[in-house]
Amino acid sequence: MTAPVDDGLVVQGLGGGLREVLARRHLLALLVRKELRVRYRASVLGLGWSYVKPAVQFVVYFVGLGLVLDQRAIGDYAIYLFGGLVVVSTFGEAVGNATRSVVANGELVRKIFLPRELFPLASTCVAAVHLLPQVLVLLVGSVIAGWRPDAVGVAALVAGLVLMGGLALGAGLLLGAVNVLYRDVENVVDLVVMVLVWTSPVLYPWQQVADLVGDSGLLTAYQLNPLTVAVELVHRGTWATTSPENLSATPPGLAWHTLVAFGLTAVLIAVGRRVFRTHSGHFAQEL
Amino acid sequence: MVDVHTAISVEGASKHFRLRHTHSLKESLVWATQRRARHHDFVALAPLDLEIAQGESVALLGRNGSGKSTLLKLVAGVMTPDTGRVRVRGRLAGLLEVGAGFHPDLTGRENVHLNASILGMRPAQIRARFDEIVDFADIGPFLDTQVRFYSSGMFLRLAFAVAVHTDPDVFLVDEILAVGDEAFRDKCLRGIEQLSSEGRTLVVVSHDLDLVERLCHRGVVLDAGRVVVDGPVSQAVHHLRVTL
Repeated sequence: MTAPVDDGLVVQGLGGGLREVLARRHLLALLVRKELRVRYRASVLGLGWSYVKPAVQFVVYFVGLGLVLDQRAIGDYAIYLFGGLVVVSTFGEAVGNATRSVVANGELVRKIFLPRELFPLASTCVAAVHLLPQVLVLLVGSVIAGWRPDAVGVAALVAGLVLMGGLALGAGLLLGAVNVLYRDVENVVDLVVMVLVWTSPVLYPWQQVADLVGDSGLLTAYQLNPLTVAVELVHRGTWATTSPENLSATPPGLAWHTLVAFGLTAVLIAVGRRVFRTHSGHFAQEL
Repeated sequence: MVDVHTAISVEGASKHFRLRHTHSLKESLVWATQRRARHHDFVALAPLDLEIAQGESVALLGRNGSGKSTLLKLVAGVMTPDTGRVRVRGRLAGLLEVGAGFHPDLTGRENVHLNASILGMRPAQIRARFDEIVDFADIGPFLDTQVRFYSSGMFLRLAFAVAVHTDPDVFLVDEILAVGDEAFRDKCLRGIEQLSSEGRTLVVVSHDLDLVERLCHRGVVLDAGRVVVDGPVSQAVHHLRVTL
């Protein structure tokens, strides 16, 4: 028994999902602004903290690994490291917050019907706002190190960041929904995020993994990890063109890795939307 | 009465809750071996049918736990029914709780924008009605103060002012007029009456029988998730006064 379309009565509690969220961009913008205001309330530095934190993290790794452990495998190590960190730490922030977003907005979820996809999406957008200064720092650093941007590289940089954003959104939708039922998820996510910096070539070059596992399926799996692809794309955009010898160190087959990674990300977003949608009817009673 | 449209249609909607006694893995395992129930089901609404026409003002009455608020949440769409369906015509605004969606760290002004947007107003509409909202709330110099410093009365004023100005076709009110001083309460009631007289549909959940008699024409009494009385509000109120 389906409703005649023209009688104007709308079934409650369904919502239009991500599409409806896009129609309510103004609210999304307000929620993002709210999140930022709340995060930096009564803080002198405010959004400046989003520059300080990655910079400190960068200095620690750079001094620790670059100077103390004295690695020489990678030229322009600072740019290599920072490019990877920008991707991984932003991904971690986005997914961590998106996972908590539905529970954190429980008050709203229980009282007012909104397309609930708003909350993970807003978290992803907040991370994107924090990403901006980091990319700026990365670009300035690259220029100082002698960066000569090429068209392919700039496209790769943009593609890498878009890929990471899509990945975060898909994972955030999926995990945000499951976290309502099992709050363990947010702890698991924290753990996984901690490991991510090692499962992609952020601190070390991809060749070391190749040397370790050989040219096997394991290497392909490692290289097809969408987050690894995002990191390599950012490397391709910045680090690869800072010194002439770097370009030859970028992994072969990055183009098709990129295609596969975008495919995987599209699947993840589809699954995330699906799971989120099927569970969102129960959010109000579980919170 | 032929061309009166249905505003809210509830068809065979039921809702039961599974009350889980534990989320913990350890307890689940221990209880499973002890054959102790890890959850029990609670029927909040038996399959229920209710039709509300446009422009009607309906009071949902009944004891605590009779299913009033659950029904209101189904209508608001924050919960989905287990069976049946709930449909609403037009835009809906609900005051299911005072100031849901208000954030204590934002100022009154920011909260007005955020809350109005949450309730479905477009940016241009918000700007156009902003002054009206502020006038109605009458909180004077506190508009640019963080809401955390508001008294509960001021908080209610602002929240109510936003909700009443969102131009809803269907307005849901859940026991919100318990706070606020006499004068503001009266203002709220007049605001609601105004909406009602403009032909908007009103659904009120309240234990305040005098208030309900003033605001509503139709009364629906629920008991254990079933409709026991559905008629003129005086009849419903009489039923409650006799049985309680």
